[in-house]
Amino acid sequence: MLVLENLSKTFNPGTPNENQVFNGLSLKVEDGDFITVIGSNGAGKSTLLNAIAGVFPIDGGKIYLDGSDITGLPEYKRAAFIGRVFQDPMLGTSPSMTIEENLSLAFSRAENISLRWGLNAEKRKLFSKYLSTIPLGLENRLNTKVKLLSGGQRQALTLIMATMKKPRLLLLDEHTASLDPKTATLVNELTEEIIKREKITTIMVTHNLEHAIKMGNRLIMMHKGRIVLDIMGEEKASLTIPLLLSKFEQLQGEKFVEDRVMLA
Amino acid sequence: MWQNMLLKSVEQGLVFGIMALGVYITFKILNFADLSVDGSFPLGAAVAASLIVGGHSPFTATLAAILAGALAGYITGFLNTAGKISDLLAGILTMTSLYSINLRIMGKPNIPLLNQPTVFSIIQGDIKKIFPGFPTQYTYLILFIIIVIIVKTLLDAFLKTQLGLALRATGDNPQMIRSQGVNTDMTKIIGLSFSNALISLAGALVAQYQGFADVGMGIGTIIAGLASVIIGDALVGEKSIFIATLGVLFGSFLYRFSISLVLSFRLAQASDLKLLTALVVILALTAPRFKKSLNRKRSNIYAGS
Ligand SMILES: Nc1ncnc2c1ncn2[C@@H]1O[C@H](COP(=O)(O)OP(=O)(O)OP(=O)(O)O)[C@@H](O)[C@H]1O
Ligand SMILES: [Mg+2]
Repeated sequence: MLVLENLSKTFNPGTPNENQVFNGLSLKVEDGDFITVIGSNGAGKSTLLNAIAGVFPIDGGKIYLDGSDITGLPEYKRAAFIGRVFQDPMLGTSPSMTIEENLSLAFSRAENISLRWGLNAEKRKLFSKYLSTIPLGLENRLNTKVKLLSGGQRQALTLIMATMKKPRLLLLDEHTASLDPKTATLVNELTEEIIKREKITTIMVTHNLEHAIKMGNRLIMMHKGRIVLDIMGEEKASLTIPLLLSKFEQLQGEKFVEDRVMLA
Repeated sequence: MWQNMLLKSVEQGLVFGIMALGVYITFKILNFADLSVDGSFPLGAAVAASLIVGGHSPFTATLAAILAGALAGYITGFLNTAGKISDLLAGILTMTSLYSINLRIMGKPNIPLLNQPTVFSIIQGDIKKIFPGFPTQYTYLILFIIIVIIVKTLLDAFLKTQLGLALRATGDNPQMIRSQGVNTDMTKIIGLSFSNALISLAGALVAQYQGFADVGMGIGTIIAGLASVIIGDALVGEKSIFIATLGVLFGSFLYRFSISLVLSFRLAQASDLKLLTALVVILALTAPRFKKSLNRKRSNIYAGS
């Protein structure tokens, strides 16, 4: 279980660019939750995931995972139990290294890395087995440099790297947003399949309302650094796009605007 | 004369190639512009020469030089990661401090090693005991080849270990490797220590090869190293680590060979060499951009705009 308690975060404090993103944000994520997160541009969705992953220190509040306080833990240590896929396909992999070398790094995630070989016959066999579960033909290209792959292939690879060692928590930040619709669907299906199979607690940011409604068991809407809607269970199951939008308008007294939101 | 020139260029290409491999680790693998080089190269020479003159075994002296270089790299890494000083400035600080430190170690600006034992003279003596007919004019060549093969093999192998992969990813995409649980501060420090250990080793060997250590012998080392790395990259590319490090060594040879050519045809004075080298590096670094803007201009012409 992940607990966020009273998080506050201000970027560039004391400068003309000062930007308070969170001021007392709290959230409880249950084991096995698959939460989809939507919200307007600049609402703080990415900042929320970055705060959980420890990309930057937060100004106030506490973060607990399974009861232990991880607020002060550096990013690389949290990586032991957090898997991530970013919006930018360039961010999740090492471009000048091969597919198998990237997978090897993910395979020894959170272990003490040593002077043992990064790759061996056994690992290669295992990696091509992993890759053969996605219909992208990567299992025969273990020795290809990742920079030669398409965005969709990279995101699928990053997803496999993030989940190869089952993480306690999977953080997905618009990980299909930069893909063409067909590839996005493929990566989304892969995402759902892995999360269901491995029962991974997941927080997924998306700007696609349809995906947000269809996927997961719980939906959160963020607005100006606050969680304004938190819908789960039966209510989530019977949610529709018009219903979601009208709920938001009722609450905020303003229209939900997000230039990139896809309504269909 | 030609044969002698070629022999000297190969010898120098090899021994300075060890330094270039060090530069390859920081500039290419770690993507860290490390300028400690100009200090850690003479550091190796200073430590080795002082210990040899002080009566220590040349092997102990060379080993001590390697450790001193690793320490210098560690300090640059520490300044950059813990001290949050930019890579360039951290390297410059180490390099500048090392100038004073090297003078302290040597006690004077120049230590001659002419009548001192060196790793080369000792090994040569041993070999001659077994093979009296050993062609001594090739001692340096053969020993340099052996040392370079050992260093290159170790480096290639290291870059294929888990730690080596993490190091490469640190230079390539630090965000990614942190999200895979690797402390990038640690990998940077390890890479810098390894790199500067090799550079100091090269300094120690060069001092024993040329017969002296001089406090000014480090000036321009980084540029020579960069030139070798860039020439190697341009010639063979980076298909694999094995090929890339081979390219660096070949680049180092070509660099030394072109310098001998320039000097023997009196195209320039020895004192002009640093300027020439800098020009070569500037050309190599800007060439890709030239090419691009040239292509753009061309395609603009074709597009009729
Ligand atoms: N590293 C940073 N430094 C300074 N400001 C930042 C940083 N990261 C985010 N911000 C600011 O924090 C606010 C929230 O940004 P965030 O990226 O979390 O929004 P988001 O909800 O993910 O929006 P989007 O839908 O556009 O991705 C924005 O105003 C952004 O400019
Ligand atoms: Mg975002």
